[in-house]
Amino acid sequence: MKKVKVEEVRSNLQNRRNFLKISGLTIAGAGLIMAGCSSDDDGGSKPDNQLPGVRNGIFDLGGGDLGILTYAYALEQLEADFYTRVVNGNNFGNVFNSEEQAVLTDLYRHEVIHREFFKTAISGVITSQDQLLPNLQFDYGQLNFSSRDQVLGTAKTLEDTGVAAYNGAGRYITSANYLLIAGKIVSIEARHASAIRSLLNPGSGDFAGDDVVTVANGLGQAKKPSQIITAVSGLGVIKTAFSAQFLP
Amino acid sequence: MNIIKFIESFTNEGMINSLANKGSRRDSLLQFQKMGSTAAMAAVPLGLAALLTPNKANASITAFFGPTATPTSALQLALTLEYLEDEFYDIALSTAGLIPTADRDIIAQISKHENAHVAFLKSALGADAPAKPTFDFTGAKSVNGGGPFDAFGDYPTFLALSQAFEDTGVRAYKGQAGNLISNGDLLTAALQIHSVEAMHASQIRRLRGQKGWIVGNDRGGLPVQAQAVYNGEENAIQAGFNTSGVNGIPAGAGPESFDEPITGDEAVTIASLFIVG
Repeated sequence: MKKVKVEEVRSNLQNRRNFLKISGLTIAGAGLIMAGCSSDDDGGSKPDNQLPGVRNGIFDLGGGDLGILTYAYALEQLEADFYTRVVNGNNFGNVFNSEEQAVLTDLYRHEVIHREFFKTAISGVITSQDQLLPNLQFDYGQLNFSSRDQVLGTAKTLEDTGVAAYNGAGRYITSANYLLIAGKIVSIEARHASAIRSLLNPGSGDFAGDDVVTVANGLGQAKKPSQIITAVSGLGVIKTAFSAQFLP
Repeated sequence: MNIIKFIESFTNEGMINSLANKGSRRDSLLQFQKMGSTAAMAAVPLGLAALLTPNKANASITAFFGPTATPTSALQLALTLEYLEDEFYDIALSTAGLIPTADRDIIAQISKHENAHVAFLKSALGADAPAKPTFDFTGAKSVNGGGPFDAFGDYPTFLALSQAFEDTGVRAYKGQAGNLISNGDLLTAALQIHSVEAMHASQIRRLRGQKGWIVGNDRGGLPVQAQAVYNGEENAIQAGFNTSGVNGIPAGAGPESFDEPITGDEAVTIASLFIVG
């Protein structure tokens, strides 16, 4: 189990809380507030104290491998929700050509499978249902699902984020089995990112553009969970408050 | 494909030679060489069978790419694959008339990355970096008297080989991740390269009219020699979860949504089709 640097975590948490306040808090049901607040007064470094669950009224993703899995589950919920709305949009068949429809439909299917996989995998290892991240609520605000550029642009952001998130999370996974699972998924996210990028700018180097692959060493992006959560919160799409006190 | 025939169709003697002077397993590798080149050739099927079977003879070589592989050996395998890709794209870009203008920026971008990966891995490995093998992209190791692939004279063949190399790269890096789990920095770098290989693979596949992701174990019109690149990709069960059984989603999307690893041995087997010295 990773030892948490208390100072760093607190300052990050403060930033995140500000973000989360902006995006609102819609599912703070009494049951959730009551759950999961087991004794966390003895240092906060023991695994038992880093389980996912409600802390201070909002769901915390937890720490350790289970925390990383729950973090991935949150991201997959976002991606799956987005593509579900895309393929069910009223103008899906008109806005996108057949190739784009095929790609977006595949992405919808893959991300729903990823979401359901994590839900099942997490459910299999938690000791109480309160430790399972609830279904997050999403609101895309002004995003126009009948705008090709807006939908593909958002897809690009989400897939790029997914790649950077899994790449950055790998080092915090202690189980070789979970690491392999993350590896099996991240390359799919990268394949997605490449496809969306090539739809936006075919015939160019953008499918693996210099904005996401460092020219000097050819490395793709890798970001810590705290960086990803801040970036995703900044999108203002996730309306369910959650925290990540125990993730780096 | 008949696996014995496949094994007999190549040797990785060249790779072993090139690694012998650099690797930390010099002694055992030299012993292997001491059999003499004739004896070594005659012993190839058996020798390789041993290499491909982790619990059998010549444990030190098996360990090089086997389940007990180290971070160093994982990166050595990675560098060997990157050497192959880098040279492949370098030759292609300098072959007049091969790459259509419309695709040139794509191939150049991939080449740029492979070149950077070689430099990065050589730097990371330092004295443990293996020398670049001698490649023959016709697949000369697959048949007697010259290979079947017109790699740089026929653009569809070039793209087909590119797809095979990129999809192999994705699977090989994935297979090595566990061997890097003890070193967070190296693991992260390997994952970062792994994702770039996947971006390449998706683009090349799409240029060929394929989906960017692997469908079942379909080799997508590639020659039969490439089937080893896709075997196992049809797996639908992930940590006990049936990815083909999600309500409302076609079963075929399950295996598409997860890529599968290959072992170091399997990666070497594939790459060795193109290594002649």
